[in-house]
Amino acid sequence: MTPSAGRTSWPVLAVIVVVAALAPLVFTEFFLSVILTKSLWLGIAAASLIFLSAYGGMVSLAQVGIYGIAGMTFANLVEADGGSAAAWSPWLAVVAAIVITVVVGLGFGAIAARSVGIYFLMITLAFSVLVYYFFSQVTQLSGFGGVNNVDLPALVGNPGQDPTPLYYTTLVVAVLVFVGLRYVSRTPFGLALQGLRDEPARMRALGFNVTLHRILAFGLAAFVAAIAGVLSVWYNSRITPGSINLAQTIDVLIIAVIGGLYRLEGAWVGALTYALLDNYSREWTPRVGDALGPERFNTILGLVFLVIVILSPGGLVGLWEKARERLDTRRRGPPGGVAAGPPAGAAADAAN
Amino acid sequence: MSGSPQTPLGPAGDAEGSTPASGGAAQASPRGRGGAWTPGRIAIALLAVAVAVWLAVKASEDLRQFAVVTLNGITLAALFFVVASGFTLIFGLMRVVNMAHGSLYLFGGYLALEMQDAWFKEQSGLGISLSGTGDASYDLMSWVIPLILATLIVGVIGVVVQQVFLRWNQGQDLRQALITIALSVIFADQMLAAFGGISKDIKTPTDWPDSIALPGDVRFGFFRGVIVLGAALLIGLGLWWLIRRTRFGQIVRAGVDDRDMVSALGINVQLVFAAAFFLGAMLAGLGGVLGGTMIALAPGEDTSFLLNSLIVVIIGGMGSLGGAAIGALALGLVDAYADVYLVFGDTDLTNYSILVTFGLLVVVLAVRPLGLFGRPA
Repeated sequence: MTPSAGRTSWPVLAVIVVVAALAPLVFTEFFLSVILTKSLWLGIAAASLIFLSAYGGMVSLAQVGIYGIAGMTFANLVEADGGSAAAWSPWLAVVAAIVITVVVGLGFGAIAARSVGIYFLMITLAFSVLVYYFFSQVTQLSGFGGVNNVDLPALVGNPGQDPTPLYYTTLVVAVLVFVGLRYVSRTPFGLALQGLRDEPARMRALGFNVTLHRILAFGLAAFVAAIAGVLSVWYNSRITPGSINLAQTIDVLIIAVIGGLYRLEGAWVGALTYALLDNYSREWTPRVGDALGPERFNTILGLVFLVIVILSPGGLVGLWEKARERLDTRRRGPPGGVAAGPPAGAAADAAN
Repeated sequence: MSGSPQTPLGPAGDAEGSTPASGGAAQASPRGRGGAWTPGRIAIALLAVAVAVWLAVKASEDLRQFAVVTLNGITLAALFFVVASGFTLIFGLMRVVNMAHGSLYLFGGYLALEMQDAWFKEQSGLGISLSGTGDASYDLMSWVIPLILATLIVGVIGVVVQQVFLRWNQGQDLRQALITIALSVIFADQMLAAFGGISKDIKTPTDWPDSIALPGDVRFGFFRGVIVLGAALLIGLGLWWLIRRTRFGQIVRAGVDDRDMVSALGINVQLVFAAAFFLGAMLAGLGGVLGGTMIALAPGEDTSFLLNSLIVVIIGGMGSLGGAAIGALALGLVDAYADVYLVFGDTDLTNYSILVTFGLLVVVLAVRPLGLFGRPA
């Protein structure tokens, strides 16, 4: 349905990766850490959401809850202040965190995957908020002020002093996630997933187990979200229940929507936009009584989100594609029969 | 496994007696219908028995505590019902999931509080107290007038939101949900700016008693036990009457089933939608005044009541008022019992109580993916 959804522009990706690899030479440490590294791991979290939405037609709000589980598990298993501080080796803890998270994610998927559209959104939102309440209540796991000074693997050193190793680690992981999810979308599994996004009844008639495919997709997205969760702990070297609350759930949704719910690369476009807004909007926000000012970042973010949802359901990537399409049309005349229209996920949701 | 022969492609089509196929098709496991004892059902029945036995044991240990905890659960359920009934009403008619419902709840509470503070704060004595509010006295009107005004204003805000943001994109349910999420982010931040981050509450009239005596030497809060519960019962009955007995209700029910047909019959559906949104938002605002008096008003309460409304309607089934009542009761009782009774010998598991709420959600969704009274859209 979306002609461009399956196309990866490899030269463009290569250029972006090379530019990104040179970033530490150009930018200050502050920019590298607070803008670039943060966008990369937030982008991975948003990518897990976009993967489900773009290929499976499922908009899941559980991704922050799921990455919270991974982050909390990791932080509890290694040496840290607060939590259970089991003092495992960090890499072992990473594996355990991801395994546990994927198992929980498959469980969530098994419950939610029988619902579609807006029901799915509501059920996954409930999951995410329940995970947050769980960790705020169970202080044995979340400490009283969060789990702090988490032991990190030697690979990333101390991001507080030198952010470069963590930046490169996150960059490599983000590229692997992007390429991996792109690869999955072309496997028989990925194609079946896109088939049941558009025509679940037909796919069922063809003998596909629709629910099982949805559950497995949810598990894969949980795997990606788990990676983001572990990276978020490496980035902050701490985790608190407050960092996985509803506001964060909505922030990751906003990132995905700003980038575009129908293109995987939108995740990082959205995350970069978000990080830039988060840091620099405070400087130019005018003061209007109590209603607007540097401390009213959420109002700005909400307004940006609102404008994007109203103007372009495909987000910034959608806007870009629309503009390019218009240019193409002017150059070559109207396209013959290729329906570019609203992205398939939206159509499927509306139909449900 | 089940007794009746299941032939998916057989000519009969309805292996479940004379039930039309449309009802069974929505269910993920049609085989589970018709009273067959599948392993899942046996597990749930065993779970229900275990919960009943556990409650009976706890109740026999301290009957008075059990009565108070049960009343706590029921009054909490009453508040959940008031808020969630508005949510489910809007969804039932318009298929709009109003994610800003929690914001409307909190805003209703804050509005009433501001009016009460501005107009009715009669200082007695020196007017200076360490707690800041201790010496003020309030008469009946100081609670009722803010309640009515706040409820109406929130209703109007609901209509404005619907007309400006949701009218032109009917049918795009995901987009509408995203728009209301964006609004809830803005509302939450603006309320934090306007009303601050400190927890506040609305004062009850000074001459209302603190608590009432019940048989068996049980005392229970007057506001919770009488006002909130009474309000919920009145609202429940009123909504039932409105939906079942009036022309407006007829149109709403017809609109739920077939919007286009109602429109084709010459009824102004847009007007009905606006009215339904007014009513739904009013219920959120009213809930906010009740909740702001019964519990507290603070940033985060909007989230908490959005979550409660979501769970209530997920359990009860989207769009069903009866479902909202049952769902609210289930959630309220489970919350109340789990907060107190999750103690087994020396191990205190009460801070894991949220897992019980989660368990409730899972059990209901496992049996009925659309909720207890849910129907396919």
